[in-house]
Amino acid sequence: MKTDIILAGVGGQGILSIATIIGKAALNENLYVKQAEVHGMSQRGGDVQSNLRISDTPVASDIIPLASADIIISLEPMEALRYLPFLKKDGWIVTNSRPVVNIPNYPDIEEVMKEINGLGNVVAFDMEELAQKVASPRASNMVLLGAASPFLKLEPEKLEKALEEVFARKGEKMVEMNLAAFRAGRETATDNSKS
Amino acid sequence: MKKNKCLLLGDEALAMGALYSGLSGAYGYPGTPSTEILEFIQQAGLTKERNIHSSWSANEKTAMEEALGMSFCGKRAIVTMKHVGMNVAADPFVNSSMTGANGGLVVIAADDPSMHSSQNEQDSRFYGDFAYLPILEPSDQQEAFDMMGHAFSMSEKYGLPVLLRMVTRLSHSRAVVEVPEEAAPQNEIHYPANPRQWVLMPAISRQRYKRLLEDYKSIQAASENSPFNRYIDAADKSLGIIVNGIAFNYLSELFPDGIPFPTVKISQYPLPKHMIRRLMDECARVLVLEEGQPFIETKLRGLMDNAKIYGRLSGEVERTGELTPDIVAAAVAKSAPGYAHLTKKESKGVSDKVVARPPALCQGCGHQDVYHALNEVLAEYENPRVFGDIGCYTLGFLSPFNAIDTCVDMGASITMAKGAADAGQHPAVAIIGDSTFTHSGMTGLLDAINENSNITVIISDNLTTGMTGGQDSAGTGKLESICLGLGADPDHVRTITSLPKNLGEMKALFKSEIDYPGLSVIVSRRECIQVARRHATQKKS
Repeated sequence: MKTDIILAGVGGQGILSIATIIGKAALNENLYVKQAEVHGMSQRGGDVQSNLRISDTPVASDIIPLASADIIISLEPMEALRYLPFLKKDGWIVTNSRPVVNIPNYPDIEEVMKEINGLGNVVAFDMEELAQKVASPRASNMVLLGAASPFLKLEPEKLEKALEEVFARKGEKMVEMNLAAFRAGRETATDNSKS
Repeated sequence: MKKNKCLLLGDEALAMGALYSGLSGAYGYPGTPSTEILEFIQQAGLTKERNIHSSWSANEKTAMEEALGMSFCGKRAIVTMKHVGMNVAADPFVNSSMTGANGGLVVIAADDPSMHSSQNEQDSRFYGDFAYLPILEPSDQQEAFDMMGHAFSMSEKYGLPVLLRMVTRLSHSRAVVEVPEEAAPQNEIHYPANPRQWVLMPAISRQRYKRLLEDYKSIQAASENSPFNRYIDAADKSLGIIVNGIAFNYLSELFPDGIPFPTVKISQYPLPKHMIRRLMDECARVLVLEEGQPFIETKLRGLMDNAKIYGRLSGEVERTGELTPDIVAAAVAKSAPGYAHLTKKESKGVSDKVVARPPALCQGCGHQDVYHALNEVLAEYENPRVFGDIGCYTLGFLSPFNAIDTCVDMGASITMAKGAADAGQHPAVAIIGDSTFTHSGMTGLLDAINENSNITVIISDNLTTGMTGGQDSAGTGKLESICLGLGADPDHVRTITSLPKNLGEMKALFKSEIDYPGLSVIVSRRECIQVARRHATQKKS
């Protein structure tokens, strides 16, 4: 078992908490984990990514080679496209469809979505909208994690347990809210990817 | 021994390794990618339990000297900094090989190949070599943990500080690390066996230098037997590979069933001469895969430009930037016939819908108010120049502000503005953050005060070290008194709050001080909004 994951987004969106939960679930399963993060300057609203590799055999490189990632998980549509050269041929893209427009030359969003949807193995929807409906807009990243969960080769119960452990410090209410977001995301992805 | 498994960043593994090796003091100045080492120590239970020193220092030089003082007293200490911090700490660092170490002393420098968050790509191994000190360089997180104990033992065995070199990718990558249950005890206070050695007067230093060169032979021999240097033999002698630190992982990634060429993995310096000689003797060609500048390759090639050695200098490896598994694959393919398949990949192209997304100042950041006011005021002058410095406010260079003309090193805003004023430049404005000011701005300000230079220094005080994530800032609450204490004219040390509603007032103040023909300091103050938010959450809970 081996899953190479690229997490993408804009500084401040919360991709690292997604990585933390997947990493914890993998650690609980006694899997090997390597997770390269970006800290520093680009965290101020720039593009950020994290390479997460989980495997039942030792992982050598901290970063994922070209054309090797099983999945790109992105909190922002254009950021999903940025790492396309790293995605393997039949890899999946799971992305939020709502853009973060903090630059003057952001491309036409319809064109961006057209390109993403043309790639085949794609789950894309407005995660903030769904998060708002079932929990809170702050839980968008857990909707995304839920939507990506069918492709991670980790059982959903294991991910839910890791999620509970990560949010436990913040109280029961936060755990429930984020669990609801995770489940709603998973459900939407399962429905979408069947079609 | 029972062990616990933890998921740790490379930086955190070093911190944990130091704590478990009987650390008594951690010193440092924040700087990406090194910051998380000291942050981890500050939050560790063991730190409180054992009363381990872990506060930030004013800069890397003071940190290095404080750690040297702890080592003098026989206790174990570390110093943490980013690579350019080594330039600031260079004076005590280079001289620390002359004093030697008493308690174990490990200097951790985190390099930033590819300049993710830095102004240059300098490789700290050159400093270790220059100072005749042993250098360690972990290749993964477990090695980072294990190396700290090894580094302290080495430091005490040879009576020398040890340089530990990190790189961004390892500093900021997590992996599972096995940590023993029990931490080693701390050292008791004990003084150097040869106290004269710590007084670097010429007559003593001349003797000591000879001894250092003698000891260098011992640390050279230690490299041959280091558990972290390995000669990995293989059948295909058409190529031999020398690989350092994290680059070893990329090479292993390429050959999951074992590297087909004899390989020397290097994680401890001085270079293991015998291992390298054997590789050179046995292999037709040698490829040097080096994360960082061509330190090893330069030593091997020498002036004679040995044609057998391939690497960054001969072009098989990109001359600049960090390595990746793909760069390593391309280098092997170019150096060994029959390995072209390593680079054949069906990779999707980059989409033309992707544009750059540079970092920017946060919404509501006080630095923005400073730049709004400054830009409007300076528009009234013919040839204004603004000398910038290192911190979040360096982003004022980018659109929409386009507000600064220079950014060089910590503190250079004030001194370059002074030099420009000496050349006749007016307006010459320096913009510097509070932490950068106390790091390296104060001494330059004294120069400007002593000559009443016609410059305007704006200290954009956000009450924290912002860019690195909000660490305590050494000058908080003291900036005006520092400037007055250095001798600035009290009529021209002014304070204002950076807020959009104060725009008019800020502009009037900036203008009057720019027009004043002499030195003025304006402290424009408002707490970093990221830190303010964190403080608000802490209050609630």
